[in-house]
Amino acid sequence: MILVELMYVISVVLFILSLRWMSDVKTSRKGNSAGALGMILAFIATIISIEMHRYDLVAIAIILGGLLGAIMALKMPMTAVPQRTAISHAFGSLAAALVGTAEYYQSVPDIDKFTMAVLSAEVILGYLTFTGSLIAFAKLQEIMSGRPFIYPGRRVISPIVFGSAVIIGIYLIFNPSSTSLFLIMATLSLLFGVLLVVAIGSADMPTVIAILNSFAGLSATGLGFILNNKLLIVAGSLDGSSGLILAIMMCKAMNRSFTNVLFGGFGQQQKQDEKGTYKSIRECPIEEAALILENANSIIFVPGYGMAVAQAQHAVQELSALLEKKGVRVSYAIHPVAGRMPGHMNVLLAEANVPYEQLYEMDRINDEFKNTDVAFVIGANDVVNPAALKNKSSPIYGMPILNAYEAKTVFVVKRSMNPGFAGIENELFNYPNTYMLFGDAKKVISDIAKQMKEL
Amino acid sequence: MITPDDIVINLMIFLLSSFLGLELIRHVSRLLHTPLMSLTNAISSVAVVAALIVMAHAKNDVVLILSVVAVGCASTNAIGGFMITERILKMFKREDKK
Repeated sequence: MILVELMYVISVVLFILSLRWMSDVKTSRKGNSAGALGMILAFIATIISIEMHRYDLVAIAIILGGLLGAIMALKMPMTAVPQRTAISHAFGSLAAALVGTAEYYQSVPDIDKFTMAVLSAEVILGYLTFTGSLIAFAKLQEIMSGRPFIYPGRRVISPIVFGSAVIIGIYLIFNPSSTSLFLIMATLSLLFGVLLVVAIGSADMPTVIAILNSFAGLSATGLGFILNNKLLIVAGSLDGSSGLILAIMMCKAMNRSFTNVLFGGFGQQQKQDEKGTYKSIRECPIEEAALILENANSIIFVPGYGMAVAQAQHAVQELSALLEKKGVRVSYAIHPVAGRMPGHMNVLLAEANVPYEQLYEMDRINDEFKNTDVAFVIGANDVVNPAALKNKSSPIYGMPILNAYEAKTVFVVKRSMNPGFAGIENELFNYPNTYMLFGDAKKVISDIAKQMKEL
Repeated sequence: MITPDDIVINLMIFLLSSFLGLELIRHVSRLLHTPLMSLTNAISSVAVVAALIVMAHAKNDVVLILSVVAVGCASTNAIGGFMITERILKMFKREDKK
């Protein structure tokens, strides 16, 4: 039907425009509407093109699913957006895997080799992404420990599980009729998703989420090949390439490779050298900190996920508004892996009413630190650790960092002297220009603001 | 039936749209990477199209049930994804120019 094909074309154009408009904050909402419109068109076109007998079931599925999606979208706090994203990858990949499975049962044993090859790949990818995303969700939601779970023999077991699924997938290409093998393949893929992600620590979740995003997109593309539907191929590969780029950016920002993130078991509890290594920690009283801040010309805030955990972003915004009123130039330095997913920190600060013009990405602000009076580090640790630049034996050596240590004065708000997520000692704390402000981030920041109002 | 011609055309479309995707995403502001991910996730729920097509000519209950569940999962993503993207994007405000 020419009408249906035309509607699909328009919907593809809308999807492309939608991503195009995401390049700028000003057009981004238009982009989101374009995407939604494309989806509605695609849905209507499909309904026109098929002879559906069970509209009752379609309606129930859409109402229940839509309700669940809407509740999550409206109720999730912004700190929980990474979890929501992980669970949505689980839904997306499960949908793709189930359609693949359904199509297999629909056509078996009459499946040509090409379709069966794509089916195998699509189903393996879909199911492993499903369980992998569920584990990522559990880790981010802290239902499970964020530390990588290292079991004996994992370097042997995971590849065997994955390898067996692939071998069965290949066997099915030539003998598509063995439905029991198909089920074993699906089960192995589900198992592999779990094994893969349990061994990855929470600190690596930004990369893992991006990779799972890419997989979820690819499995939708697979469906397009199976059903010979071009709309699915285009939309799926747009999603797939988006996840891929974000994953590459995250890896670069941590100076790690894909394989290292996926199989490295990074962030295991390392043997602590204990607090003895921090020789010259200076604490700064609140009053003094307020004074120094007030007399500064420029301040760069360096927020990390710890700030969000302490719910301190609103207090930070108040303090920075106060400083601006007193004529201090305020900006924020955002490390690419700040937060629990790509771009997460920007969202948290935007929610706290920080204007987005004040948010600077690493490459744009790193040269500014040396001309800045105060770098104010809140809940960030590894991303400001100069060991990454200078200490070749450090596990994070080579990771790009924010050059906070170059500022005239560095304040670090920290709950205690416990090491950061990766469990690595932070050399910045020993620097002569660094002052520690111990305590709960929210309380410390509001105390400074209060002090400043009294001055 | 899918012909070899279809396969070639589909591969071509796959490659071209992947390249287009890479180009488009590279230009997305880092500020917006979180809403970008929720948006692309919502877009990838066009899998609902596949679920509907399979559902329409389901020959037995297994196929029907699997595809109905798939329609539900994909709708969760589609509706939830666009809604949360809107909610996030609304929060990005400019400096008040007084």
